[in-house]
Amino acid sequence: MEFLYASEVLVNGLMAGVMYSLVALGFVLIYKASGVFNYAQGVMALFAAMTLVGIMEGRVPFAHMINAAFGVHVENFGWTVPGLLAILLTALVMVGLAIAIEKLVLKHLVGQEPIILFMATIGLAWFLEGLGDVMWGADVKVLDVGLPQGISETVETVTNNWLGYGFFIDRLDIWAAVIAAVLVAALVGFSQYTKQGRAMRAVADDHQAALSVGISLQFIWIMVWSIAGFVALVAGIMWGTKSGVQFSLSLIALKALPVLMLGGFTSIPGAIVGGLIIGMGEKLFEYFVGPMVGGATENWFAYVLALIFLVFRPQGLFGERIIERV
Amino acid sequence: MFYREAGDFKTSYRDDGQTFPIRLDRWGYYAVLAVAFLVVPFVIDSYWANAVLVPFLIYAIAAIGLNILTGYAGQVSLGTGGFMAVGAYAVYKLMTAFPGVPIVIHIVLAGAITAIVGVLFGLPSLRIKGFYLAVATLAAQFFLVWLFNKVPWFYNYSASGQITAPERTILGWAVTGPATTASAKYLICLTFAVVLAWIARNLTRGMVGRKWMAIRDMDIAAEIIGVNPLTAKLSAFAVSSFFVGIAGALLFSVYLGAAEASEAFGINKSFLVLFMIIIGGLGSIFGSFAGAAFLVLLPVLLKNLLVVQLGWPTDLAAHIELMIVGALIIFFLIVEPHGLARLWALTKEKLRLWPFPH
Repeated sequence: MEFLYASEVLVNGLMAGVMYSLVALGFVLIYKASGVFNYAQGVMALFAAMTLVGIMEGRVPFAHMINAAFGVHVENFGWTVPGLLAILLTALVMVGLAIAIEKLVLKHLVGQEPIILFMATIGLAWFLEGLGDVMWGADVKVLDVGLPQGISETVETVTNNWLGYGFFIDRLDIWAAVIAAVLVAALVGFSQYTKQGRAMRAVADDHQAALSVGISLQFIWIMVWSIAGFVALVAGIMWGTKSGVQFSLSLIALKALPVLMLGGFTSIPGAIVGGLIIGMGEKLFEYFVGPMVGGATENWFAYVLALIFLVFRPQGLFGERIIERV
Repeated sequence: MFYREAGDFKTSYRDDGQTFPIRLDRWGYYAVLAVAFLVVPFVIDSYWANAVLVPFLIYAIAAIGLNILTGYAGQVSLGTGGFMAVGAYAVYKLMTAFPGVPIVIHIVLAGAITAIVGVLFGLPSLRIKGFYLAVATLAAQFFLVWLFNKVPWFYNYSASGQITAPERTILGWAVTGPATTASAKYLICLTFAVVLAWIARNLTRGMVGRKWMAIRDMDIAAEIIGVNPLTAKLSAFAVSSFFVGIAGALLFSVYLGAAEASEAFGINKSFLVLFMIIIGGLGSIFGSFAGAAFLVLLPVLLKNLLVVQLGWPTDLAAHIELMIVGALIIFFLIVEPHGLARLWALTKEKLRLWPFPH
């Protein structure tokens, strides 16, 4: 029985890991193509989810500010937009955001050290967080695009018949796993078998060489940030459906960082494996060790694991070997 | 016209190497010190002390600490909040365990304890670099805050989980506890800030500081020319954490009076201090002060402008503040990566030629 409990914890940890991987994927994409470690990925997920809710409910953007500045009282346009159309519109907004980021931030920071770019994305994260709150309000929003939720009865019955103990697994988690698998397959297919994907890999390899064979850096960067925006949108939908659209959503970015360090910053499979290890590890650690030390170990376990791991293998599990020359 | 080095003859190496080589700068520095120590304590009221000056001085200490680590030694840290928490809880444990010992000694000891913790978390820096290290320091941030929340010994088993500073005096003046006057709070923070800034300035222009900068610019090259990365990196972590620990101790004992780890020393503190040194200027003591002043004043100004003048709700003002700070970070990184300190230096350079530029 003890073993069954533990394996249930394990399976749930794996599912949580899939969710981390979804965010980590966005990081890897941008890092591979532009060498930018995008701290704002989590906030982009939050922003995408907020925009999606805002569009679906027909809220007026900047309503709070307009009301305060002009003393009027506007809240809603008075219509609602169906989920699929709203997702498309949000995707458009994310493309717009990608273009704005390229024009206003990245273009001016070409050739800077990676750590400067990293700090710029921290600034971007704060800006987007503020922008999201000003545009759509800071209240906790409910996101429902029609994804199934709640305990999966099929899994419970099947495991009950096989093992005599019903596993509790959220249907949303199963969907997340499926969507993540599809997403990874699509991304790998895109980067391996299309012209743009090949150009993207060329840019990742060497900016200048890519430029010299006629690849437009600007276009590739906008494309990559847009794709990262879509991934953020998917992650935002999943997390938003699971726990409501609120500020804490942006903190999952912080959880995705140790995932990346484990998996290696440059590897898409690494993001998935790292996510699974972290999700599994922190749930099991909380289950076995948590009660002894007062619980809530999930806050730091991932970081400490990644820290210890990095000391032995600085490039992560699947990362490219770091070679330094004077 | 007045801002000239002409006529100010240096007759010894000592004169030549001083911090303020231009006479007007030197006088200005003494004048600022004199006003800060002799005038401000008598005119300060509790609004100015609590909203502006005391947080400014405390964050300036923290910013100098982080600047030593990030600006001088090139090791980016996102664990500042966690290290401030170490300083705060260390000073709390010391204050309650040894009530007879002067508070100043407790604060310095709290800094020393933080330095030890900082070295422990700095050890991985020998293997991992850049933002890998930045993310690794997040481990310190989350682990330390969790530790102070979960282990009751740290907060003396108090029911609320908070730590509260008991009253302590220096020369009969209360500096902690509810009875502290605005000028006492201000003076103790000012003294610490001035002494620590003086130490930092002299460390960073000496051999230690040059080793840090060599490591920052390229650690492999530095190693080859004979800088020991182990001692250089760990000493940067130790000194930086010492400063940050003192800032945390002051923040808790003098400024806040009561604190709870995850609320007062969360991840946002780490980012706030990091932003201060980016805006103020990486690798500059003056920049640490300028950045701290900027980010302490900005919310006060915005609040006065948006909430008091325009009558907008406070939460909206807070969100707009986030946007402005974020945009400013990007702006400074693009336009002037050396921050306010560089702008100040440029102004002085212009002023030397003004009004006869030829």
